[in-house]
Amino acid sequence: MSDIVLETRHLVRRFGAFLATNDVSLKVERGARHALIGPNGAGKTTLINLLTGVLPPSEGQVFLEGEDITSMASFRRVKRGLTRTFQINQLFNEFTPLETVALAIAEREGVGHNLWRSIAGYGKVVDEAAALLARFGLASVMGERTVILPYGKQRLLEIALAFASKPRVLLLDEPAAGVPEDERHEVLQIVSDLPADVTVLLIEHDMDLVFSFANRISVLVAGAVFVEGTVAEISTDPRVKAVYLGENA
Amino acid sequence: MSVLPQETTVSANSSTAAAETRAAKLMKRRSRIRFYEIIVWIAAIAAYFVLPSKMLILTEIAILALFAVSLDLVLGFAGIVSLGHTAFFGLGAYVAGLLALHFIAEPVTGLIVAGIVSGLLGLLTSFLILRGSDLTRLMTTLGIGLMMAEIANQMAWLTGGADGLSGFSPGPILGMFEFDLFGKTGYLYCVGVLFIGTMIMRRIAFSPFGLSLKAIKGNPMRSAMVAVPARKRIVTAYTVAAIFAGMAGALLTQTTSFVSPDVLAFHRSADVLLVLVIGGTGYLYGGIFGAILFTLVKDWLSVITPQYWMFYIGLLLVILVMIGRERLSRWVEYLPERFSKKEDR
Repeated sequence: MSDIVLETRHLVRRFGAFLATNDVSLKVERGARHALIGPNGAGKTTLINLLTGVLPPSEGQVFLEGEDITSMASFRRVKRGLTRTFQINQLFNEFTPLETVALAIAEREGVGHNLWRSIAGYGKVVDEAAALLARFGLASVMGERTVILPYGKQRLLEIALAFASKPRVLLLDEPAAGVPEDERHEVLQIVSDLPADVTVLLIEHDMDLVFSFANRISVLVAGAVFVEGTVAEISTDPRVKAVYLGENA
Repeated sequence: MSVLPQETTVSANSSTAAAETRAAKLMKRRSRIRFYEIIVWIAAIAAYFVLPSKMLILTEIAILALFAVSLDLVLGFAGIVSLGHTAFFGLGAYVAGLLALHFIAEPVTGLIVAGIVSGLLGLLTSFLILRGSDLTRLMTTLGIGLMMAEIANQMAWLTGGADGLSGFSPGPILGMFEFDLFGKTGYLYCVGVLFIGTMIMRRIAFSPFGLSLKAIKGNPMRSAMVAVPARKRIVTAYTVAAIFAGMAGALLTQTTSFVSPDVLAFHRSADVLLVLVIGGTGYLYGGIFGAILFTLVKDWLSVITPQYWMFYIGLLLVILVMIGRERLSRWVEYLPERFSKKEDR
């Protein structure tokens, strides 16, 4: 039985005459570890932007758990359990990691509108923030300004921040990019340890990571879904190899 | 239910516990009263005893400070630029004047009513600033300010038009404290309102709401991705700022027993922005430091060069901008944070 949690129907996005997303109809099952691969400029990030409401689509629809969210604001999608990380860190430079994560937890818990109580008064929020940062190895820098942190730490915070919203569908846009080699698998391990009913859609260039992490792969070429299948099918598909080799040649 | 799997080893548990302890400490430290805050309020009280002949200019500073602190809530926190903040100041001034003239002379009542009416205007106009870039916001807010000024000018039957409103005098504060000729009561009244207003906005600044405002300013795209409803938050912040700006206007009316159309003049919006540029944004006290410096410099320049003092204010602005915004808004970090040097990180 298939339980589709995230679906797009004939999604199109144009930038002027350029077709960044070309009639993408994608179905992601609940609990899937779904990878989105493809050469540079294939429209992977654009697709994530359409899914999360950062960009409005030119045509087509997006469904989250059967509900049409095509014109829903980003923050509402997050409230419904759809969140993401960014390929290029999008953090609050002047915040500390602790403030950053505490904000996300406070918003998730619906106390973000409270303008009378100090955050320090929300013991549960602060405790959870601390535990999350400790899990990502950020406990020692939790009180520093984010902007002065090394890039690798900022990258971890980027992912920790998405976790803070407790997503049911998590979109990861090249999470390992910029993470030191020896910490990459650790990062993906944390993602793999997510409960089985959390759905993950991953964009990644590192094929080793993709093949070890994903159970389903979609290959995007020139804005359209080129081929979709299991890891075994994709890793042996000669057409996929050609696409990648063609790009390298 | 937690997404994080239970830590299994004892050492992991204790490191999490250590992180929690440290996090609680850091969070408490955020909102701790800083050294300079205590100095400000001691100085405000000391001025009453030390400078009894300067009550009028000190009152002017306190009013401008409240006005500027209220603007900092939208500019320094939510990152909304406004060239029309005086619309709320002026409305508050007129409401307080009309109330004293026709209904009730008790100042605190006037202050509260002025705050409410200005807050309503803030709520109504906040929807106009939700869309667009900084430039469109500057134009929209400027337009609202100019419209308010013209309305006050045209409705002469109510506002006295170009002649302004006069012929009223505020009663004793809460029926107990009479205003005196030297402005001593007026000064204490204004400092009291400034203190309460700053403390309220300070609480807001360290709340989850205040943090979310700074997030909207810092990175709007990411703040949406952590479920911050930006529009709602901006509407609230703008309304609260309008309330306190209106109260500042009411203070001016009550301490001068006069409302002139000047309360809605464009230069007031520009002045209050300049105050924040001088004092720094994003920590509220910039409004107070800026108001002190701006008023003293203006006063001093207008004595030594009565015709050309505006030139030097302009020069000061150019120099400040050349130094750079970043350094301006952060200079307060070089002030001592607390009495003892002990670090508790």
